[in-house]
Amino acid sequence: METPLTRLINSNRPALNLKDYEREGGYQSVHKAIKSMTPAEVTKLVQDSDLKGRGGAGFNTGMKWSFVPMNNTSPTKYLIANADEMEPGTFKDRLLLEGNPHQMIEGMIVSAFAIQANISYIFLRWAYKKAARLLRHAIDEAYAAGYLGRDILGSGYNLEMYLHTGVGRYICGEETALLNALEGKRATPRTKPPFPQISGLFGKPTIVNNVETLCNIPHIINNGADWFKGLSPGSDAGTKLYGVSGRVNNPGLWELPMGITMRELIEVHAGGMKNGYQFKGALPGGASTDFLVNKHMDVKLDFKSVAAAGSRLGTGTMIVLDDQTCPVGFVHNLEHFFAQESCGWCTPCREGLPWTEKILLAMENGKGRAEDLQLLDMHTKYLGPGNTFCALAPGAMEPLQSALKYFKEDFDKHINEKKCPWR
Amino acid sequence: MKINVMSPILLTAEEKEEIDVEIGLVPYRKAACIEALKIVQHHRGWISDESLHTIAGYLEMSPEELDSVATFYNLVFRKPVGRNVILLCDSISCYVMGYEKIYEQLKARLHISFGETTTDGRFTLLPNACLGTCDHAPACMIHHELYRDLTADQLDEILDAYK
Ligand code: SF4
Ligand code: FES
Repeated sequence: METPLTRLINSNRPALNLKDYEREGGYQSVHKAIKSMTPAEVTKLVQDSDLKGRGGAGFNTGMKWSFVPMNNTSPTKYLIANADEMEPGTFKDRLLLEGNPHQMIEGMIVSAFAIQANISYIFLRWAYKKAARLLRHAIDEAYAAGYLGRDILGSGYNLEMYLHTGVGRYICGEETALLNALEGKRATPRTKPPFPQISGLFGKPTIVNNVETLCNIPHIINNGADWFKGLSPGSDAGTKLYGVSGRVNNPGLWELPMGITMRELIEVHAGGMKNGYQFKGALPGGASTDFLVNKHMDVKLDFKSVAAAGSRLGTGTMIVLDDQTCPVGFVHNLEHFFAQESCGWCTPCREGLPWTEKILLAMENGKGRAEDLQLLDMHTKYLGPGNTFCALAPGAMEPLQSALKYFKEDFDKHINEKKCPWR
Repeated sequence: MKINVMSPILLTAEEKEEIDVEIGLVPYRKAACIEALKIVQHHRGWISDESLHTIAGYLEMSPEELDSVATFYNLVFRKPVGRNVILLCDSISCYVMGYEKIYEQLKARLHISFGETTTDGRFTLLPNACLGTCDHAPACMIHHELYRDLTADQLDEILDAYK
């Protein structure tokens, strides 16, 4: 089994410096793309590989790039690495950035070349101190080696790269909110259209890609689209960083072929449930995805299959709910997070999320009423897709609506017994 | 919101120099405002009304406009904080793995709740969203240092290292 993304990552030794990375084949894709391919050929190759965005939305990456106008009417274009990773339960980009920072920088250079961007930013979340240190050093090394700056490898192509560290706000992960944050504004999402590919950072064409997405680029350039598709037996191409947290024997992160089953992930890689705990459900891809439960154990973890099971692959990092954790408390914790992180721009989300949170808190405290279930259900509809300005509120409703479906008796118990049965 | 200005505080030469670098990277001065807030907070610990006024003036924006940005972000401190800020993850994986026990222990030991600072100014305790290390939950960050797989009985030793 090939693991291109993590092959050079070893938690027992420091991340590779540029020389060692080059010795292992690093930066070959920059040589290849810049010296022997046109930007259009790079974009086409990535599009053909069927690499889908690994930040959660799952859109074809090459296709996204192809929307950037290439007629040179705008001399400035931007390529941005979205390294804001702040979705609760998600910790995959940290491994990639701390483990092999050059891999993403290499991917960024090739991606920027494809859209002919001359300025690139890494939007890194504040808490990733070690990653910040390593990235700063790796960027300096890349400049010194002539992979960044003016006239890269004598090709006439120029690219600057800056590291921006955030000041903590989940909504910055939304790509248009991220642009506002980079412009020194409140990070509220922007209306689309215009899409960032046409008018993004400072009004210029901009591509925002997730860390894991960018880390795949060098390997696709080096090995081709068919190789990438061949990495997985399922309907989605490539490998995926899957993670598991919660009461399992071996919580962690693994690079596996796209489309392994939930059973394999939990039982084999995560080592099964801890002694004395039963599996009750899991959010397959971070805090804003619907629960999957026991009957979904054999669902394949790819974009299509998880959607068919009523959830989303999201970030591919799974949070397990066990039988001794209160599902109402679990969902309350999630809604507390989303209520706090609502940017406040649109009323349904700004008002609806705190209301949702209060209802759940009351239930936890034994003050739940029968009509609260209808109220919660109403919120899942009014805060659902199409009713709010961005996807934060609908995302917040995904774990709630599925908890109401699968764990209804636990909600009922709270209301009938006038207490939390787990406390 | 009314911003009180007792007396304007000048930016130090060092702060100015750092802010100027950021201004040089963006098309207009205002766009550097988050970086400027970070720089001044780094030097002074927090953003007082006076600092806010000074930064706003330097970036040619109104204090109200800058405050609307400053108050949006979780880690721009508009109130004084202690010498060491404890950010305890209260998100979902840490919830499942028992961050509440850690919180109880911190409260008992430091006699403060979330949002408060010890009377000796040594610690401020704040809740923080997921620290991105959920496979090692529960986790917290103290003065930029990450602690993972926390148990309540490790806390005394950890806290002792911070003066
Ligand atoms: S849904 Fe929430 S986060 Fe999104 S724009 Fe509306 S208030 Fe902001
Ligand atoms: S939930 Fe606490 S580190 Fe992710």
